[in-house]
Amino acid sequence: MKKISILALLGLLSVAVLSGCKDGTKKKEKLEGSVVVGITQDLDSLDPHKAVAAGTKEVLYNLFEGLVKPDQDGNLVPAVAESYQISEDGKTYSFVLRKDVKFHNGKTVTAEDVLYSLKRCAGMLETSDPEVQVVAALSVISDITASTENGATTIQVNLKEANTELIGYLTCSIIPCDYADQKTKPVGTGPFRFVSYTPMSSLVMEKNEEYYGKKASLKQVTFSISESTDAAFLKLQAQEIDVFPYLTSDQAAQLQDKYNIEVGEMSLVQGLFLNNKVKPFDSKEVRQAVNYAVNKDEILTMLNDGKGKKIGSGVYAGFGAYFNENCVNTYSYDPEKAKELLAKAGYPNGFAFTCVVPSNYTYHVQTAEVIAAQLKKVGITMNIQLIEWASWLSDVYAAHDFEATIIGLDSQLAPSDILKYYIGGSKKNFINYESEDFDTVYKAAVATTDTAKKKELYMKAQQYLADDAASVFIQSPSLMVAVSKAYTGYTFYPIYVQDMSTLYIPER
Amino acid sequence: MKAVKKGLSMLAAILVLSFVTFLAFEILPGDAAVTKLGTNATPEQIEALREEMGLNDPFLVRYGRWMGGACTGDFGMSNRYGRPVSELFLQMLPNTLLLAGLSFLLILIIAFPVGLLCGRYPGSIGDRTGVFLNQTLMAIPSFFLGILISVVLGLGLKLFTPGAFVPYDQGLGACLSYLFFPALAIALPKAAMTIRFLRSALLGERRKEYVRTARSKGLGEWEVLVKHLLPNALAATVTFLGVILSEIVAGSIVIEQVFGINGIGRLLVSSVANRDFNVVQALVLYIGIVVIVLNGVIESLVQKEGE
Repeated sequence: MKKISILALLGLLSVAVLSGCKDGTKKKEKLEGSVVVGITQDLDSLDPHKAVAAGTKEVLYNLFEGLVKPDQDGNLVPAVAESYQISEDGKTYSFVLRKDVKFHNGKTVTAEDVLYSLKRCAGMLETSDPEVQVVAALSVISDITASTENGATTIQVNLKEANTELIGYLTCSIIPCDYADQKTKPVGTGPFRFVSYTPMSSLVMEKNEEYYGKKASLKQVTFSISESTDAAFLKLQAQEIDVFPYLTSDQAAQLQDKYNIEVGEMSLVQGLFLNNKVKPFDSKEVRQAVNYAVNKDEILTMLNDGKGKKIGSGVYAGFGAYFNENCVNTYSYDPEKAKELLAKAGYPNGFAFTCVVPSNYTYHVQTAEVIAAQLKKVGITMNIQLIEWASWLSDVYAAHDFEATIIGLDSQLAPSDILKYYIGGSKKNFINYESEDFDTVYKAAVATTDTAKKKELYMKAQQYLADDAASVFIQSPSLMVAVSKAYTGYTFYPIYVQDMSTLYIPER
Repeated sequence: MKAVKKGLSMLAAILVLSFVTFLAFEILPGDAAVTKLGTNATPEQIEALREEMGLNDPFLVRYGRWMGGACTGDFGMSNRYGRPVSELFLQMLPNTLLLAGLSFLLILIIAFPVGLLCGRYPGSIGDRTGVFLNQTLMAIPSFFLGILISVVLGLGLKLFTPGAFVPYDQGLGACLSYLFFPALAIALPKAAMTIRFLRSALLGERRKEYVRTARSKGLGEWEVLVKHLLPNALAATVTFLGVILSEIVAGSIVIEQVFGINGIGRLLVSSVANRDFNVVQALVLYIGIVVIVLNGVIESLVQKEGE
């Protein structure tokens, strides 16, 4: 009898669960004027100075601002500062602060906050937090001072040596100087304010009603974290996500009835990076041969439906005036020439090497597969080895222990930043590229205050990289964004951001 | 005396487990400080962070420090999320426990009626179909069953939205109704195994002498089955269910991954990838304790019944 009553109880419970299930499938009522944005990476820190991943920075862009911030054309426009000036010798930057900027906790931004924030990013605070990402480029700063005159506060940044590009790094977020909970409840000055964060699940922010500039149109933004692009795609199909920025071309084709597909370019230099110090890539001829053997057009067609932008050197197309278009055609696809060069270098029958690819980047893995097939045609065997991101960082990036890898390099809005990977002897030069010519030109370009001259020098630097075949610079991949048909105003930027302040719901 | 001995051996097992996990992380490539700071860090910054995280101390010193903390309930900070490990753990645990509870419930609901029916009418068409279905379900790996359920019940019949998991603290009803489907993916193969187990135990009992005695007393087939066969067949089945229970309470890593559930299993996977050492260590300890303690409890239960 007892057994039977237990069975009956179980039966009842299952009915309860199943009926609960029916209720649950009803769609949750969505807050009016809100949007759900899908992201595929969990956030690595909520403190903007500690965030490392591009996937985190693109979210935090909505909460924080620097003295200046990038606009959609790649210009730096005043934000917390009202205006700025760079002295003619390129050694002094002065910023006049806005008077009406308030942090999300209600406090007014003071000179003290600005000094604290800048010094924290530059590693100039007396007690430093080792988790803070110190911006290496800011080490040219000798001191930062504040002065007030007629009620207007001016921040003056003095440099040890001339550098007119530093403005691109002064986008560093302004945060309150006396606030301890930045890591868990971030406070900034951006158009949205932080509401909540649940690890592995979501980050919620709401409109900042006190914002000094053009206020956001949406009331609430939820960044919903998915396990992978595939998992996010399932949510897209069920319309649980309104905006999703990392579609593949196959996925985009399946969504067209419910979503508008916006197409832009990623702010990345995607390349097959070759370790210039290991055999056989220590030979320039071999590197050139690999360059001739890679068919970039085919990569674009196979992976992006022909979209995206081919590159030929270390700067991506989003840099506009600083992008050297000529390098794109330094090596056009020519397998015969590749074979010739290989024979000349002493490898008439080709060779085999291992290309390590971080397994979490499906796109780079797919690129590797296409390239492996292309290299096979000239007798080169490329073995693909998938590794964890943590291993990539320690083995490839820190220890320079690899033969070849496929990765995308991103950057601040300064040409010196995207080209820093090739400076001789630098720890960041993971491909071990060495060229005195490049180093000289790079140094001169950073120092010059003459814009035309600067441009010319950077063009030259890129040409050196291309001529030496430092690596195979492939493309800035296309970025396909699904935006639900209910919204308009999605904006692309030449850096990694998801700006939700421009998005709105048009009246019907 | 016996209980003390048992407790000590459990403790020893847990100690060995924690030491081995520590050792595994020592051998694993990838450095926690490098992973945290990413591509823009200078060697000096990495060194400073390593120092702060205590990674520069000798292996045994670090193990001792961790053990000391763990004994007082302090599992350190997650370096990925910048919050205490215990807080993260407690945030994820209810989701895993709900999933485990629901799965176990489903196993019982499915396995007992079907198992009894098969035991009642062995060799009938129903029994043979049951056995065939059982074999099939047992052969399907749970991740594949998970994908199958997502595609058919989720995308096809639109009974739920795959991936749109709602954590328990944002709505228990919605959470449970979502968890029903992953629970199904966990329960079906395990229920199939239980049915097989129960059925063969019942058939084994049926051949024994006392059954004939019971029948000769004039008891009906069902009465014989429920009153005499089932209690005897139960001992072995309970042991088996215990193993299953410890498996699912420890977190179904694969199913949590497939269905995007924020539970222990998924946290474990992402923490290993991020070299979030303190979290991994605490989770492995939890899983170890669950398995060891549950197995111990069931062992003693079955022994008592046998006495």
